[in-house]
Amino acid sequence: MTGGALGPTSLAEDAAPGAGSSSGTRPKTSRSDRLFRRLSVGSASLVWILLVAIALFLLQQALPAIHADSVNFLTTKQWLPDNQPPVFGIAALLYGTLFTATLSLVIAVPVAVSGAVWLTQYAPRSLGRMLGYVVDLLAAVPSVVFGLWGLIYLVPRMVPVSAWLSTYFGWIPIFRSDGIYGKSIFTASVLLAIMILPLIGAVSREVFLTVPQDHREAALALGSTKWEMIRLTVLSYGRSGVISACVLGFGRALGETIAVALVLSANYEISWHILTPGGNTIAANIANTFGEAGPVGRGALIASGLVLFIITLVVNFGARAIIARRKDFQVSAS
Amino acid sequence: MAVPLVLSACSADNNAANSAGASGSSTGAITCASGTLNASGSTAQANAMSAWTKAYQTACTGASINYAGGGSGAGVAQFISNSVDFAGSDFPLSAAQAPDANKRCGSGNTAINLPMVSGAIAVGYNVPGVTSLKLAAATIAKIFSGKITMWNDPAIMTDNAGVSLPSLGIQSFHRSDGSGTTYNFTNYLQNDAPTDWTYGHNKVWPAPGGQGAKGTASVVQGVKSTPGGIGYMELSYATQNNIAYAQVGNAHGQLVPLTQANAVTFLSKATTSGSGGDLTLTFPYQVADPNAYPAMLVTYEIVCKSGNTATTLPLLKGFLGYTSSTTGQGILSTNGYVPLPANLQTQVSGAVAGLS
Repeated sequence: MTGGALGPTSLAEDAAPGAGSSSGTRPKTSRSDRLFRRLSVGSASLVWILLVAIALFLLQQALPAIHADSVNFLTTKQWLPDNQPPVFGIAALLYGTLFTATLSLVIAVPVAVSGAVWLTQYAPRSLGRMLGYVVDLLAAVPSVVFGLWGLIYLVPRMVPVSAWLSTYFGWIPIFRSDGIYGKSIFTASVLLAIMILPLIGAVSREVFLTVPQDHREAALALGSTKWEMIRLTVLSYGRSGVISACVLGFGRALGETIAVALVLSANYEISWHILTPGGNTIAANIANTFGEAGPVGRGALIASGLVLFIITLVVNFGARAIIARRKDFQVSAS
Repeated sequence: MAVPLVLSACSADNNAANSAGASGSSTGAITCASGTLNASGSTAQANAMSAWTKAYQTACTGASINYAGGGSGAGVAQFISNSVDFAGSDFPLSAAQAPDANKRCGSGNTAINLPMVSGAIAVGYNVPGVTSLKLAAATIAKIFSGKITMWNDPAIMTDNAGVSLPSLGIQSFHRSDGSGTTYNFTNYLQNDAPTDWTYGHNKVWPAPGGQGAKGTASVVQGVKSTPGGIGYMELSYATQNNIAYAQVGNAHGQLVPLTQANAVTFLSKATTSGSGGDLTLTFPYQVADPNAYPAMLVTYEIVCKSGNTATTLPLLKGFLGYTSSTTGQGILSTNGYVPLPANLQTQVSGAVAGLS
């Protein structure tokens, strides 16, 4: 731990809660100190216990279904768990989940970060604050409303956009298509990008606002242009914050359920062609098939949920590792 | 047996006096009982249930019936765990679910499937300039599996002599969520077009091709907004949204228009394949009748044949007796469903009367 907080350490020495018998010279710990400590330890443990309980529940429900699966759970594309014998696997779902979330990040991050830079560095203060509130309002729109808007408004309007992309950029493999557009991975990724944009934008904005003024003034004083100043000070200072914002957005995009379920055409295929109808994600599959699922079907869906849970944990831990490593190289502010 | 306190005030037009042991009359009288009845399951019968609940509760104050949607799978799971008194389901109990359901009813008792709400599956289309369309079963199978891709394909033109079909691409829509409509539609295709439909029948769409849409409302949205679109949907959705629907072919190549009479004729030829009071239906897909519309679906109520608790039994028999009566079935057609034919309706009424 860098720095080392001076305050808590000295207090801890004074209070020494639960540190064993207190000698006559130490001040007695008050009951309220002990109570507060126990409450905070309890709350922290509760979070841990909940996490472990959820993981255990998922495992317990999922294992019988995986056992009953007659094919490999990780490499099969079909989803027919209530057949005799059950045939299901998450290959197509996992691919769709990761692909749509990554594509939505690719679309959203440049827009969100450059928007945040403009709002904090270029725009007049009051205008920046007001526009910031408006962007935050976008985050308040419920997912299902986004899904309905996507289905009724966005999908028909993505058809000409997809046709244009396919005509002029069809030489790039992912844009190749056979003429039918609409409910494709591309549309779903655009919708997801719109949904995670305010999240990434808001966190990036907060991070850029904390850049110390003297860093920026020093860069300008040394003769850099405004863009160089931003690159040198704002962007590099805020890099770990922006990364954590992206991870938050990625996590939201991974788990987005009803909006994707309404907008995707839901087939169980793996395809690089993002403009053709199709694609499915783990969360959308759960939303689509849970109501009619039999007992093996439900267990299979929970198994896919467990995989999503693990992925989200891995992504979060990975991001924390990246941020922690960057912090080691950052010279801490005076 | 004195159950006078269970009775409640009934409206003027029913003559039932005693609810305990009263047989559900099939002439239209509502047998009132009071209490609360909880049920859940199939969303396909949700509209029928809400119309019936309203009528029954209006006639019988003191009765409170709650039907929650949520899907057949969820409904059956709740029935098995004894959270609801009966379940609505698009499919009869499967071999895996039957033992648990029987156990829920008590040792030695069985759970039975009672067909209650039936509907017709319309093949809706959106082809500019075409107001009437005929499609053989094999043609439908090829369209929905992606083998026919243009509206002016020779196969479609042979079925529709004299109709000019545009050179427009076909975009077919199917359900992306699990659905009894998909189950029955694919069952119809498997039985009536076996050489062209090799994907079996399933509640989750099993074939390649076409676009998936969540919920019938999204299928309707897709067909309406896409020139050249075609999709399968319950009849009530097609009529409410002014979507034209086609005549469909049966196993012998005869093309049958979708009318209520044709739908009822097909159902009247269905056989019951369950035993011991169970009325699971087998549809007569091979019948050679040009007036029997073959793409039908039926939803079941899953109840305990015996072993119902004394508090719920009167209301269960009263409500299901009403829904299986001619009056109850009669209000189905205004809600877009198809009433049970007379032979099935008397069987179901009799089964309800025998619940204990």
